[in-house]
Amino acid sequence: MGTWHDYLKAEGTPPEWPYPIKFGEEKEVETDVLVLGGGIAGCWAAISAARNGAKVAIMEKADIRRSGSGGPGCDHWCNVPANPLSRVDPDEWAIQEMEDLGEYSNGIGIQIQCREDFDTLLEMEQMGGKIRDTDDEYLGVEGRDDETKFMISPRYSAKAGYGTHDDWRKPGFNPPETRNNVVIRIWGNGFKPLLKKECKKLGVEMYERVMATGLLNENGKQGGRVVGATGINVRTGEFLIVKAKAVIMSTGGGSGALWFMDMEHGGYDSSNASRNNSSGNIEMAWRAGAKLTMMEGSSQSRIGTGLKHKWYTGGADASYENVALVDANNKVLPTPTQGWADGGAMFSNNAAVRMDIKKRIEAGEFELPLYGDFAGMKPEEANATWNLMLTEEATTKIMVQTMTEAGFDYTKDQIMNYTYMELQPNDQYRTGRGGGLLVDWDLKSSLDGLYAAGGSMFSPSDHSYCAATGRYAGRKAAAYVKSVEPGAVCRKQIDAEKERVLAPAKRSGGMDWKELHFGLNRVMQYYAGGYRSEHLFDLALEEIKRIEENAVPELYALDPHKLMRCLEDLSMIEHAKLAILTMKERRVTSPALGVQRLDYPNADPEDQGKYLLVYQEDGETKFERIPIRFWGNMKEEYEKHNPDYAGVYKPEN
Amino acid sequence: MAEKVYAIPNVQTPNVPVKINPEKCIGCNNCVETCQIDVFIPNPKKGCPPIILHPEECWYCGCCVTDCPTPGAIRFNYPLPLKPRWRTKETGEIHQLN
Repeated sequence: MGTWHDYLKAEGTPPEWPYPIKFGEEKEVETDVLVLGGGIAGCWAAISAARNGAKVAIMEKADIRRSGSGGPGCDHWCNVPANPLSRVDPDEWAIQEMEDLGEYSNGIGIQIQCREDFDTLLEMEQMGGKIRDTDDEYLGVEGRDDETKFMISPRYSAKAGYGTHDDWRKPGFNPPETRNNVVIRIWGNGFKPLLKKECKKLGVEMYERVMATGLLNENGKQGGRVVGATGINVRTGEFLIVKAKAVIMSTGGGSGALWFMDMEHGGYDSSNASRNNSSGNIEMAWRAGAKLTMMEGSSQSRIGTGLKHKWYTGGADASYENVALVDANNKVLPTPTQGWADGGAMFSNNAAVRMDIKKRIEAGEFELPLYGDFAGMKPEEANATWNLMLTEEATTKIMVQTMTEAGFDYTKDQIMNYTYMELQPNDQYRTGRGGGLLVDWDLKSSLDGLYAAGGSMFSPSDHSYCAATGRYAGRKAAAYVKSVEPGAVCRKQIDAEKERVLAPAKRSGGMDWKELHFGLNRVMQYYAGGYRSEHLFDLALEEIKRIEENAVPELYALDPHKLMRCLEDLSMIEHAKLAILTMKERRVTSPALGVQRLDYPNADPEDQGKYLLVYQEDGETKFERIPIRFWGNMKEEYEKHNPDYAGVYKPEN
Repeated sequence: MAEKVYAIPNVQTPNVPVKINPEKCIGCNNCVETCQIDVFIPNPKKGCPPIILHPEECWYCGCCVTDCPTPGAIRFNYPLPLKPRWRTKETGEIHQLN
C-alpha cells in the first residue's frame, strides 16, 4: 500500500502532479542577507545575521525542519576545545587540528570552530537543544562529568588528536586524567527543528522547496559584487529572484555522487550526505567568477563494502568507533583507537592497518565475517553508544528503531560487518575531497557580497564546524550589509539563467537525469580513478564535452522535482570538469590530494605547499597558486578580525 | 472477473522504502513535508495515506518514520540488499532483519 501503482490500480488513473505548476512564473524578493541552503550552516548563518540586525531570507530545497546532511541529527559536537572540561588550549588545538587534517586543511574554519563552537553549542541549548545528560540517563558512563552533566566522547580523545596510536588498548592507554576532552556527545536529533523555530521567531523569511540555481553579479558582470541569487521551486517550478546586499553560500559541498550513484543498492548517495551535496556551490560560484580551490582533491570512500551498506547498517568501518571489531571467533581485530582503551574506540581509517588485517585474514588468523561487538562492551557503554550516539546521529535513529523492533539486543548481540569479504579493503570508490570556495578571515569569498559557510567552503569539516562557521559568516555578512547600498541586478543575467534553468522542463523526451548522471559517473570512474594521467584526463574532457553537446540539449524533466535533479546533474558536470581541469593542471602524485599520477609519479617541488585556485575571468579559465597556510597566524588573525566578538548570545527576554 | 491489468513500466528498485499502514495513517502528510527528498506526494484524497512517488531516491534518513505523529502508521523497510545481520554472542545464533 502506498506505491504509485497501488494508486493506479485503485483509482484507474495515475495521480496528477499535486502542486500547482508555475513554470515561467516569477517571484521577486528583496532582503539584506540571503542564505542559500538551510542546513546546519545555513540556519546558523540566518540566525546569526538576524540577531545582528539584518533582514534575512533563506532558500532551501527541502523543508528546513529536517533538511540538509545534519537535518536528521548529530551525536557529536566535535572540536569543542573551549568547553570547561577541555584540557587543551583552543588556539593550540586549532593548530593541532590543522596539522592533523593534512597539508590542505582549512585553518580559518578550524580556528573559528575551536574558538566559537562551544558558544554555538550553548546557544543551541538556549534554543532548547539538549547538550547535557540532564535526565541522568548515563550515570557512570565513562566521560560523563557529574557536575556539568556533559558527556565527553571517546572520539579524538587522546592528546595526539586525529590519527591512531600504536599502543592502543594497552592497559592505561589514554587515562582519564590526560584526555583532551574536546568532543562532547549531544542529543542532536532535536536540533534541526529547533533551528527552524528560531529562524521563524527571528522573522527570517524562509523560501522552502526552492533550490538556489545561480548567483547574480552587479550589473551582470562576472567577477563583480554578488547582489542576489535565483532559485527554482522544486514543487511548482516557480522562478525566484532575490536581490540582496550579501549572499551566504551554504548549500553544502560538491557531490559525493560524482564518481558513483547506485540507487538500487543503497539510496542514491551512499554517503552520509544524501543529495544535499549536489555541487551547486561549485557551479554557482564558478559561473559568478568566484575563486575555488581544492577542486583536484579526491579520496577513497570507506563506506560499507563498496556500496552495499549504509554507514551504520552493519558497516562498522566508519562509525562504530567505540565498538570493537571482532572476527567470527570473537578475536579482537587490531584496529587502531582514537579514544580510551576500555571504550575501545576504533576508527579503521588507516590503509596500512587495513592491509595488515587483509593479510592476516588470508593467513587464517582472523575468520570472516567480522562483527561490531556491542555485547563485548560494558553494558553502560553499550547503552550510551546505542541509545545516545546512534539514536541521535543522522541516519541511525531509524536503524536503532528498526533493529530493536526486530529483536536486536545491544547487551547481547553483535552486528555483522561486511568489510574484507570481497578481497579488497573496500576503498575502491572515490569521492571529491575539499573542493569549495576560497574564503578569507571574514569567510568572504573572492567576490564582494559573497560569503561561504559550512561545507560550501574549501576543506570543510563536520557538524559543529558548519554551525560555528555559519554563525560566523552570518555575523560578518550582517556587518557588511550595514556598510553598503543594494547593488543593481541585471535583467539580462536573470533572463539567461531562467532560460537555462527551465530548458529541461520544455522537453518531454530525450535524456533523463539518471542516465546523464550514470554517464558522468562512468567518466570519473575510468578517467579520474585509481590511476591518472594527462592522456586519461584529456579523454575525460572529450567525453564530458560530448555529454554537454549531445546529452545536455536532450535533458528533459517531466515535473519540477525531476527538473531539480536535472539541474543538480548539470552542476555536477561543471564540478567534474573543474575537477579534471585542476587534476590536469596539478602535475603531481600527492597522497594528500588523493592523486596517483602515472605520468608524474613524483611530487613536483614547484607545486608543493600550494593551493591551486581556479576561476573564470570574462569566461576564460584561470589558474592561480597561493601558499598553504596563507591565513597567517591563526590566533592573531582571528583576534584581529574579531575584536568585538560578543560571545554567547544574550536573549532579550 | 479478473482484476484489471495495467501496462506499467518496471517499477523502481527499491520500491518500498517505507510501509504505510492505511488503518493507522491519518493522512496528515507530516512525512510528505518532513522528507527532504520528496519521496512522497500527498494523496489527492484528503486524509488518505501519501503516495510513494520517488522510492529509489530515499537516502534512508528515517525522519518520516521517527517524526510520524501516529505510532505504527509508517514503518521503515530496508531494501533486500541492505538487511542487516547480527549474531547473539553467547549462542552464536545469526539473525537477519526481515
